[in-house]
Amino acid sequence: MEHVADNPWVALAYLIAGVCFILALRGLSSPESSRRGNRYGMIGMAIAVVTTLVTHVPTVPVLAVGEVAGYDYAALMQRVDTLAVFEILAAIGIGAVIGVVTARRIAMTAMPQLVAAFHSLVGLAAVLVAIAAFLNPVAFGIADIVTPLIGAPFAAIHGVSRVEMILGVAIGAITFSGSVIAFLKLNGNMGGAPIMLPMRHAINLGVALMILWFSFSFWLTQSPLDFWIVVALSFAIGFLLIIPIGGADMPVVVSMLNSYSGWAAAAMGFTLHNTAMIITGALVGSSGAILSYIMCRAMNRSFISVIAGGFGAEAGPSGGGGAAIDRPWKRGSAEDAAFLMSQAEQVIIVPGYGMAVAQAQHALREMADKLKEHGVRVKYAIHPVAGRMPGHMNVLLAEANVPYDEVFELEDVNSEFSQTDVAFVIGANDVTNPAAKTDKTSPIYGMPVLDVEKAKTVLFIKRSMGGVGYAGVDNEVFYRDNTMMLLADAKKMVEEIVKSLD
Amino acid sequence: MSFIAILSIFVLACFVGYFVVWSVTPALHTPLMAVTNAISSVIIVGALIAAAASGSPSAKWLGLLGVVLASINIFGGFAVTQRMLAMYKKKERPAVAKH
Repeated sequence: MEHVADNPWVALAYLIAGVCFILALRGLSSPESSRRGNRYGMIGMAIAVVTTLVTHVPTVPVLAVGEVAGYDYAALMQRVDTLAVFEILAAIGIGAVIGVVTARRIAMTAMPQLVAAFHSLVGLAAVLVAIAAFLNPVAFGIADIVTPLIGAPFAAIHGVSRVEMILGVAIGAITFSGSVIAFLKLNGNMGGAPIMLPMRHAINLGVALMILWFSFSFWLTQSPLDFWIVVALSFAIGFLLIIPIGGADMPVVVSMLNSYSGWAAAAMGFTLHNTAMIITGALVGSSGAILSYIMCRAMNRSFISVIAGGFGAEAGPSGGGGAAIDRPWKRGSAEDAAFLMSQAEQVIIVPGYGMAVAQAQHALREMADKLKEHGVRVKYAIHPVAGRMPGHMNVLLAEANVPYDEVFELEDVNSEFSQTDVAFVIGANDVTNPAAKTDKTSPIYGMPVLDVEKAKTVLFIKRSMGGVGYAGVDNEVFYRDNTMMLLADAKKMVEEIVKSLD
Repeated sequence: MSFIAILSIFVLACFVGYFVVWSVTPALHTPLMAVTNAISSVIIVGALIAAAASGSPSAKWLGLLGVVLASINIFGGFAVTQRMLAMYKKKERPAVAKH
C-alpha cells in the first residue's frame, strides 16, 4: 500500500498545516500578535485532522450479489463503515469536552501541573500510535506482505520504519512516565524533594543500554517480544530519570519533556511520511530544547547536572538555617513597609514561587495600584527560573491584570536597582542571593541574580527566618543594614500593606 | 517520498524552530509551552489512521484511545493558551473615559 500522504494534494494540505504551526509560534514574539498566532495553530490543526479524516474513511467489505444481463454476479465492494466513523467522531468529541472543560476551570497557579499532564497525554498518544502501527503495519503503509517458503504470509515492516517506530515508542513512553512524575511533584501528590536511589546512575545507564540493545534487536528481527521490552523499559527509565530531580529544577524538566513530546511526534511523522507531523515535531522539539537551555543558563548549571538530579538534597536545611538564628537582622511591620514605599520614587517588585503558592498576585497588583496613586513608579523584575516553569510569573501577573509593559526581564532591569528606593522581594530567595556573585564555594555561584541589595531599602517577605531557599544556602541579603524582613504569609502581608497605604 | 526528502524537511524545520523560538518573548514562555503542547498533538493523525483501518481490532481500539487523548490535548491546549493570551494587556493609559 502506498503512503496516502504521497498524494500531492494531501501532502500539500499537510504542508500548509505545518506552515500554520510555524506561524503560531512566530506570533508569540509579542503579546499583540500572539492571539492571531494561536488562531493559526487552530487552523493548522483543523486542516491536518480534516485531511486525515477524509483520506482515511473507514470502510467494510460487503458482498454485492445481483443479476446483470442474465448473468449472476457476486463482487466484494467497499462500503463506508458508519459505525466506525461514528466511533472516531465520538472519540474526538469526548476529548474536546474534557479538554475544553479542563482548560476553562484550571487555576492559573496550577498551570505547571496542567502542562505536565498534557505532556503525558502526548507521550501516551505517541506510544499508542506506535503500538497500533506495529500491530497493523499494512494500514500505515510501512510493510510488505511476505510469503516465506515455510509458514504463513506475514507483514514485514520496512527496516527504516522499524527504527522510526521503536524511536517513537521509546521517546513517547519516556515522555509519558516522566511527565506523570513531574505532574505528581508539581501537584504536591509527591514530595518536591529529590528521591535518591542508591546506584541510580548505574541503574539508569543499564536500562538505557538495554533499550538500545533491544531496539537494535527489534530492527533486525521485528520480534514482538523486543518491541514490548523496549516499551516497558522506556516507561521505567522515564520514572527513574525524573524521580531524583527536585522542585525548583522543574522548569528544566518541564521544558525537557516538552522537547521530548516533539521528538516523539517527529518520529511518528517519519513513519507516516507526514510533513505536518515532522515540521511540528521539529518545532516543538527545538522549542523545548531552547527553553531547557535558557533555564539551565539562568541557574548556571549544565543540563547534565540538572538531569543527574539531587540538587539541594545534600545541603539540607540545617546547614544554612543554623546560621540564620545567630546573626542580627531587622524585622519590619506592614506599616513600616507601607510608609517606606509610599515615600519612594521607584519600587521594583521581585516575585518568586512563594507568590504563586500564597496566591498573592492579586493583592500585589492592588498594592502596586495604591503605590501608583501615591506617585510611585512600580516595576516588576522577573528572574528566568522564578516559579516552576518558564514564564510562570509573567502569567500570574498577567492574570492579576498587571500590564505587561511594567514587567521586565532580569537583564533589562538589573542595572536599575542602584537607582531604586525599594526592592520588594515576595516569595523569591535564591534568585536574589549575592553569594552567587561573590562566594565561589556556594552551590549557586555563577548564577545570574537580581541585584536587590543595591536598592536603598530591601523589603523581604518570608514566612520565617529558619527556612532557606531551594539551594539550601543562606541569603546574605537578610542580614544587611538596608534590609527589612517582613515575616508573614505573603498574601496576608501584602493585604496588610494595602490597608496601611490607605 | 524518499527518506532523504523527509529528513531534509525535518532538518530545515529544526532550523526554523530554532530561530522562531528564540524570537519568542520570555514573558510568553508559558503560553509557548501550552501551544507547543497543543500542536504536538498533531500525532492525532496517526491515531486517526489506526482508528479508521480495518484488519486489526486491537490496533483500532488503541487508535481510538489515542484520538481521545490527543483531542484532550488539542482542545485543552489551544483553549488554555487562548485564555492565557487574553490576559496579557498593555498599560491602560490614564483613561479620559474614567471621568
